[in-house]
Amino acid sequence: MNGLLIRSLDRGATAFLAIVVAAAMIVPALNLLLPETSPLHVPTYIVSLFGKYVCYALLALSIDLIWGYCGILSLGHGAFFALGGYAMGMYLMRQIGTRGVYAHPVLPDFMVFLNWKELPFFWYGFDHFAYAALMIVLVPGVLAFVFGWFAFRSRVTGVYLSIITQAMTFALMLGFFRNNFGFGGNNGLTDFKDILGFNVQADTTRAALFAASCLFLALGFLVCRALVSSKFGKVLVAIRDAEARTRFLGYRAESYKLFVFTLSACMAGVAGALYVPQVGIINPSEFAPANSIEAVIWVAVGGRGTLTGAVLGAILVNYAKTTFTTGALAPYWLFVLGGLFIAVTLFLPRGIVGTLSHWWRERRARGETAGEIGGEPAPRPAE
Amino acid sequence: MDIRTTTAQLYLDNVTVSFDGFRALNALSLTVESGEMRAIIGPNGAGKTTMMDVITGKTRPDEGDVVFEGQYDLTARDETEIATLGIGRKFQKPTVFDMHSVEDNLLLALKADRRAFAGLQWRESEAQMRRIDELLGIVRLRGARERLAGSLSHGQKQWLEIGMLLAQEPKLLLVDEPVAGMTDAETHQTAELLKEINRYKTVIVVEHDMTFVRELGVKVTCLHEGAVIAEGTIDQVSENERVIEVYLGR
Amino acid sequence: MRTTRDLLIALLFIGACAMAALTAGSVPARAQGFDAALDKFAADSFSDTEVGIAAVAASGHAMAARVIEALQNARLQVDPATRKIYIRTGETAVLDAATGSAAPAPAELKTVRINNRLRRAIEAALGGLTLLSPDPAKRFEAAQAVFKSRDAAALATLDAAIAKETDGRIRRALTEARAAVLLYKPDAAEADKLAAVAAVKARGDQEALALLSGLPVDAPARVAQAAKDAVGSIQSELAMWATVQNAWYGLSLGSVLLLAAIGLAITFGVMGVINMAHGEMVMIGAYVTFVVQDAIRAHHPGLFDYSLLIAIPLAFLVSGFIGILIERGIIRFLYGRPLETLLATWGLSLILQQAVRTIFGPTNREVGNPSWMSGAFELGQITVTYNRLWIVVFTLAVFVALLALLRFTRMGLEMRAVTQNRAMAASMGIRTSRVDALTFGLGSGIAGIAGVALSQIDNVSPNLGQSYIIDSFLVVVFGGVGNLWGTLVGAFTLGIANKFLEPFAGAVLGKIAILVLIILFIQKRPRGLFALKGRAVEA
Repeated sequence: MNGLLIRSLDRGATAFLAIVVAAAMIVPALNLLLPETSPLHVPTYIVSLFGKYVCYALLALSIDLIWGYCGILSLGHGAFFALGGYAMGMYLMRQIGTRGVYAHPVLPDFMVFLNWKELPFFWYGFDHFAYAALMIVLVPGVLAFVFGWFAFRSRVTGVYLSIITQAMTFALMLGFFRNNFGFGGNNGLTDFKDILGFNVQADTTRAALFAASCLFLALGFLVCRALVSSKFGKVLVAIRDAEARTRFLGYRAESYKLFVFTLSACMAGVAGALYVPQVGIINPSEFAPANSIEAVIWVAVGGRGTLTGAVLGAILVNYAKTTFTTGALAPYWLFVLGGLFIAVTLFLPRGIVGTLSHWWRERRARGETAGEIGGEPAPRPAE
Repeated sequence: MDIRTTTAQLYLDNVTVSFDGFRALNALSLTVESGEMRAIIGPNGAGKTTMMDVITGKTRPDEGDVVFEGQYDLTARDETEIATLGIGRKFQKPTVFDMHSVEDNLLLALKADRRAFAGLQWRESEAQMRRIDELLGIVRLRGARERLAGSLSHGQKQWLEIGMLLAQEPKLLLVDEPVAGMTDAETHQTAELLKEINRYKTVIVVEHDMTFVRELGVKVTCLHEGAVIAEGTIDQVSENERVIEVYLGR
Repeated sequence: MRTTRDLLIALLFIGACAMAALTAGSVPARAQGFDAALDKFAADSFSDTEVGIAAVAASGHAMAARVIEALQNARLQVDPATRKIYIRTGETAVLDAATGSAAPAPAELKTVRINNRLRRAIEAALGGLTLLSPDPAKRFEAAQAVFKSRDAAALATLDAAIAKETDGRIRRALTEARAAVLLYKPDAAEADKLAAVAAVKARGDQEALALLSGLPVDAPARVAQAAKDAVGSIQSELAMWATVQNAWYGLSLGSVLLLAAIGLAITFGVMGVINMAHGEMVMIGAYVTFVVQDAIRAHHPGLFDYSLLIAIPLAFLVSGFIGILIERGIIRFLYGRPLETLLATWGLSLILQQAVRTIFGPTNREVGNPSWMSGAFELGQITVTYNRLWIVVFTLAVFVALLALLRFTRMGLEMRAVTQNRAMAASMGIRTSRVDALTFGLGSGIAGIAGVALSQIDNVSPNLGQSYIIDSFLVVVFGGVGNLWGTLVGAFTLGIANKFLEPFAGAVLGKIAILVLIILFIQKRPRGLFALKGRAVEA
């Protein structure tokens, strides 16, 4: 395993990890330790905002893992994100206890409102954090496993796969909008009070959530790096570029895809779980197909198949979105977003990081070939 | 399923495949003995590639038996299982992993545990590196070791794919048009290479280039409309009336 | 004016018939009964009023209907001092309820109050009283009212009405009403009741079913048995009609799906281009309809019935033109990269939506139905609306036209050539890039036409297209790519399956079930119902 770790940490990856871990420590410190008057003070709303971006970045990372390295374009990853979010939301709802509007000791407000007499069975256990944490990974993971098992085994690929993943998240959205599904219908889950006994509104909690998001992003990045730099990762790329060829070499492509798809869904679930306490609400609109596609464009902007690009893209696009939608330019945001989709696919297919590293590699390669002209080129006629 | 005991390496009996009414293979029967090299010729649409597809599990026949080593029913297995049994295939259009280096292409092809979890725990071993080096020597790509396979020339890709085929250490090699797009000299080299390989393995070659087939000097089977119309030495086959009529021309 | 005259005639009829029907009692006796009945209203207690209603209705008096109508409209008033009953006709004018002549209004008049129970009694009584109305519609309504109220008091009037009814439909309604009354009349003869069961059974709808299954427990055994049998047969007939209804709804939904998907079947199915902005082409077609109607309303209101005929070619041209622009501007650079095409066209769909939102506003725009698309007709137990019917017809027409275009025209030939073997087509001198653009334009233009049709049954808003895009893709994928017949079968199968699932699962769960079924189906047959086989598929 040691070898794996070393192999996965090239210079870029190490630098990236260092930045994320540093952000996890410095931003909360600037928020909590400095007085508000200090020019270096980071206001709490910024901490929460960037915490949200970091969660998006983790989602983007999970999409990049399957799209960039295995060619699986999921247009339903928002569903896994939302399921993780709902699992966390259920835990947070159970923590409200008697502080709800109806002060019911067990039932969340919306159930009392709907005249429900007892807790549905699938809400059992969510008062324990450990159980909720398990579900955050397990529920998206199991759904992805079952979905992928069917899809990959029967070789649904490419656009077809994209369309049915979109149908999957659409179906889930319709379901969660219903009151009798038991997840709060339209309004979703909100009005959270505590997480692990700490007030979710408190500055310290928010800073801690930010730090946790950064650490999970670092962990996710490490897992992805380890995966893609192993032989497993080479097989993934082989499947992406020539799936049939990989099968003829004796690789069971569907097992590889299933593994990486399930792992990716679990990562998305964790991202959703970290997102919910920071934004304070989870509702069925998180399942909207548009959200999932938007997440794909973050990856495309940053550069797919680069991991760091996915993170960068998620943060850049969302920062732009915040800037646009909070100002007078709000009506134009969709023009910008739509234009981004088109411009990136037409003019920047490798994304920002991909283009930079391609350019860098070309330059280095040119430098090398200038020094020594290829040892033994094509097979030559032997006389 | 009636699997007759046969000593042949590969045994096809009465294999029929139709696509939307068109019979790509029409009750094709073919036997290839262990250690043999067989050349398959025939006009376009004779069913050569479809036959390869059936043997490697890409296409399932409507009827007929395909038996490997007298015991494995290939019609009931998929590509992965068949590859693991020891049947390797080189495609008509060279198919290598463009975004991987030449070295990684060979590494992926090397005979090893193909399961996903093995891929996670894998570490480079001395033996594997030596084998890759050896293969690079055979296919003359030592100098291109670090290059992306996608940047190779057409001929180099053909050779890389043959290298990958060797790396798999299959018992039976299916080689589809290995010299398409090669110069005469390259063609000659390829013939030599295949003959060398045939010393240890069973080989089936599909080729249009009659000079190449003649150079191989092996038993030839001519397919037409999905069935065998002639079989024998190159001279016997090329004097066959039907072969001349449908394929070689007068 | 008209209604008062009708009412007068009706009253005359009632009077005459009542005289003929009732053997007992003389005119003064009846007047006495009427006065006594009126007196029941004076107390203004609900129970007394109820007795009063029945008594007034049974009295057969000329004023009976007017009194009860007045009661219904809160115009029946009582003078507490004299216990005399008046009907208020105007600000100051009143009639003496007993005589029907104008009278000076007393100083203090109190309105007789009614509650829901009384309202039902009033309706029943009026039903009996208007059975003899000269207006056929009123008679029919009255017969229906009696059928529901089963008021035994109306029996005599019913008999009289049946005897002189000439309209077959009303006669049947009257007979059914009579049967309903008899069934619930404890002292009716068994033979009458059996005949009644048969009459109600012949009616065969939900209400007949309710009536028969709600029979009192003490009904004679043979009647109960006959009723039970009738319930069974009505239920099976109703189930049959429910099936027909579901099939019709399914057909209607299927044609909407087909309309939305058929353009996609060309761009995705034939060209292999994933156009996520397809829904927006539909939306643009709907907005073209809006603009056309707006212009017509402003300049030539008389042409409104032709608005759709004008909108169809315009929508085709506008959407088709935008489609060609998209193909030339974006898609042609992305051939062979389906996933990128998907993302770029999704971006385009966002831009188009926002553009429409900026121009026309975010809210629904009003698109009207021309007169020939409004209304409905009855077919057995189901109602068929004209707009749905026309859309089914229109969809099939578009489908046939498209097939013909592909089959018989030069453009269709070139299109098929390019999709089957691009390189070969190019070397035969076909300008493939022009064919690509035209094919894409055709697919988009058809989407525009679909928008015209959908504007008739759906809200015209910037989100119109989005609600169809997932369904359309599923239809094409389900039906099998590259095959228009597959799209047809796919659309109708999904539409009908959806509507047959709805009664069991509800609309949302039904839709979810369909999505899950398609996802499972694609696993089983990844290339759809009508899949192409062979080497062509691999490319």
